[in-house]
Amino acid sequence: MQRQLVFELPNDLKCIEEAVEFVVSRCSTCEEVARKLRVNFRVCLSEALANAMIYGNGRDPSKRVRVEVVLYTGSLTARVTDEGDGFDPTRVQDPCTPCNRMKVGGRGLHLMRNLMDEVRYNDRGNSVTLVLNLPQSDGLSREASA
Amino acid sequence: MAFNISTEGEVTVVDVDGQLIVGNRQELKQKVLDELEAGRRKFLVDFTNTGYIDSSGLGVLVSLSKKVREQDGELRLSSLNEDLRTLFELTKLDTLFRIADSREEGLSDF
Repeated sequence: MQRQLVFELPNDLKCIEEAVEFVVSRCSTCEEVARKLRVNFRVCLSEALANAMIYGNGRDPSKRVRVEVVLYTGSLTARVTDEGDGFDPTRVQDPCTPCNRMKVGGRGLHLMRNLMDEVRYNDRGNSVTLVLNLPQSDGLSREASA
Repeated sequence: MAFNISTEGEVTVVDVDGQLIVGNRQELKQKVLDELEAGRRKFLVDFTNTGYIDSSGLGVLVSLSKKVREQDGELRLSSLNEDLRTLFELTKLDTLFRIADSREEGLSDF
């Protein structure tokens, strides 16, 4: 099974919540999947969109963000691409160290890496791909036998 | 989504209905700062009706906690469900905030 969504957003932070709900509403196939979508995917897609709009596109309202989501039987993949020059994700500091913990920002990539099964950037650094593995028949059978 | 402010004695309670994310964090920040400016010093942010929080939402809570502390006040959190609590644990923010299991517990010894 495969389901695909492709759309573009204006570079407007106010669009993020509705975009995330739009994607989640079209990807939920069973209770087990819904559970992982509820927080993990919502938070990470929101992070990726915010990073693209704020840092990638530099809050430029003339730029756009492209979203490509593919739901396979066992996984959900979302690619978010901005029009910026890209960034080096290896240069992002660990927000959990004692000296960074009180900082206001810097937690987005950390959350994505911990809540998704895979996070990867293209070479340019302007496109992030999020992969979330989803329970298949195992999850459904657990629900059925509960 | 909305941030509803109410008072319980000396404590200002902020209910976060919906999401606390990059698109609305400034609204929460301004509401709490307005209360701080008005002389309130004890804040309880309650997440009973919250869907999810992103890193900007976590960041604004850190920012507000610092500002409240600078005025010799305190900002506490309450009613984080398992999913939301995970976000605080992953970012070690559970070590920075006093987190009550319920609104009542959060208010009890404030």
